[in-house]
Amino acid sequence: MVAMLPGSPFQTSLQDEKYKQGALFYVMSTATPALKVEGMHKSFGDHEVLKGIDLTANTGDVISIIGSSGSGKSTFLRCINLLETPNAGHVFVHGELIKMRALADGSQEPGDKKQLQRIRTKLAMVFQSFNLWSHLTILENVIEAPVHVLGVPKKQAIERADALLHKVGMYERRDYYPGHISGGQQQRAAIARALAIEPEVMLFDEPTSALDPELVGEVLKVMTDLAEEGRTMLVVTHEMSFAKGVSNKVMFLHQGLVEEAGDPKEVFENPKSERMKQFLQRDY
Amino acid sequence: MFEDLIYVLGKYHGWLYDGLLLTLQLLVIAVAFGSLLAIPLAIARTSKNLWVQAVPFGFIYLFRGTPLIAQLFMMYYGVGQLVSNIDGIQDSWTWQYLRDPYWYCLLTFILNTAAYVAEIMRGGINNVPSGEVEAARACGMTPATTYRRIIFPRMWQIIWPAYTNDVIFTLKATSLASTVTMMELTGAARKIVARTALPYEAFISAGIIYLIIVYVLTFGFKGIEKYLRRNEVREADKKPTVKIGVQA
Repeated sequence: MVAMLPGSPFQTSLQDEKYKQGALFYVMSTATPALKVEGMHKSFGDHEVLKGIDLTANTGDVISIIGSSGSGKSTFLRCINLLETPNAGHVFVHGELIKMRALADGSQEPGDKKQLQRIRTKLAMVFQSFNLWSHLTILENVIEAPVHVLGVPKKQAIERADALLHKVGMYERRDYYPGHISGGQQQRAAIARALAIEPEVMLFDEPTSALDPELVGEVLKVMTDLAEEGRTMLVVTHEMSFAKGVSNKVMFLHQGLVEEAGDPKEVFENPKSERMKQFLQRDY
Repeated sequence: MFEDLIYVLGKYHGWLYDGLLLTLQLLVIAVAFGSLLAIPLAIARTSKNLWVQAVPFGFIYLFRGTPLIAQLFMMYYGVGQLVSNIDGIQDSWTWQYLRDPYWYCLLTFILNTAAYVAEIMRGGINNVPSGEVEAARACGMTPATTYRRIIFPRMWQIIWPAYTNDVIFTLKATSLASTVTMMELTGAARKIVARTALPYEAFISAGIIYLIIVYVLTFGFKGIEKYLRRNEVREADKKPTVKIGVQA
């Protein structure tokens, strides 16, 4: 359980000078995992993409989800915050189940939209194609959700956003529009935007896959910093160096199932399944 | 010829002026209320629910699929006639409004504009990049906030040129009000012709006034477009560029 944000999370943390400087203090406890997924199923028409996936992320875990294209790893991530509606399965965020309602045709839909919207503010997402709001400047992008979703006063939101933009090295570009900066810069800004809602779990959906090779490093650097801070992160990635070096758990998906999971050293150096061995033999 | 033009403008400029005011009034009210009405229509039109879609679809199909002048006649001679047949209505205080073609014209123009603008807006909403809408959902925005903060601002950027075009189209459409006895710009010109038998001079005068309105509209809407698309202007383009070959 994260004990850093008691009561009204945003205001307390804003007053915390150490927090402004980017330092995060987590108090670890074994009680409730930050995120728990049970039996996630998802089909697109007849095609079954996820065939029952479980995941437990404790606070401070950095879990890399790897696998070849079509293995369902992005879909899995998108089912967690319900950008895709899973056909079956449960998602618990800090022990709170996201309510679902069964429909007549056997599928389901979110049961409580208010609850979903509230839980989504705890699950920030970073997208492959950045998805910054192009009519807003970088600063406006970062303060948008705090001001218009969480109801933080604009002045406080700007102070906090400036600190986050410093942290990802984008402060000098805060008044630029997304269309005028490089992909790497856009992705760093998108990470600042995700951090601005003070999420408890961050979901990264192939954050470096749309970037030129020379821009990948700057984004991975920011993500590594976040991991070292003790952020809880789920990272769908093709960057094996990140999966191996930064994360503390690796999950290898194959055809909608967890083929192998565990400690990165163990999984990479001593893979047990045939699929994982084949996967690692490819050039990464 | 010029003597006649000077004669028409000298003697009847008051009619043309009143006509201009009425034309502008019809235009502004039709565009303002038509656009407001278009917003829920466009949102309903993008719904996944077929039944929700059907109502705006029917409305848009009806008003885009028939000539405006036919709609105007249906409204004024059709609906107006039915209303006038209601027992006792002619003694009611509402009669002074219900017999006035002004309200029938306005209603027709508002509904017609709403149908066209709703279709333009639907296209605009559909063209907002889905990733940006997804990003809004992913950070917990409600659908209403997403429309207000993300979809509508992006939509206006996208549809502005088409919207400008539609406003100019509506300006010219207001001339049809003259067919139901309204003395807007075209009506005024027709009245001048009836009085003086100088059709060229009267319609040239009215035509020039229309051109001036369109010029002002185009200019103003271009300015708004620049504001809406400010995120497309590069920082480098704002600064004066150094000319090649000129040493500082």
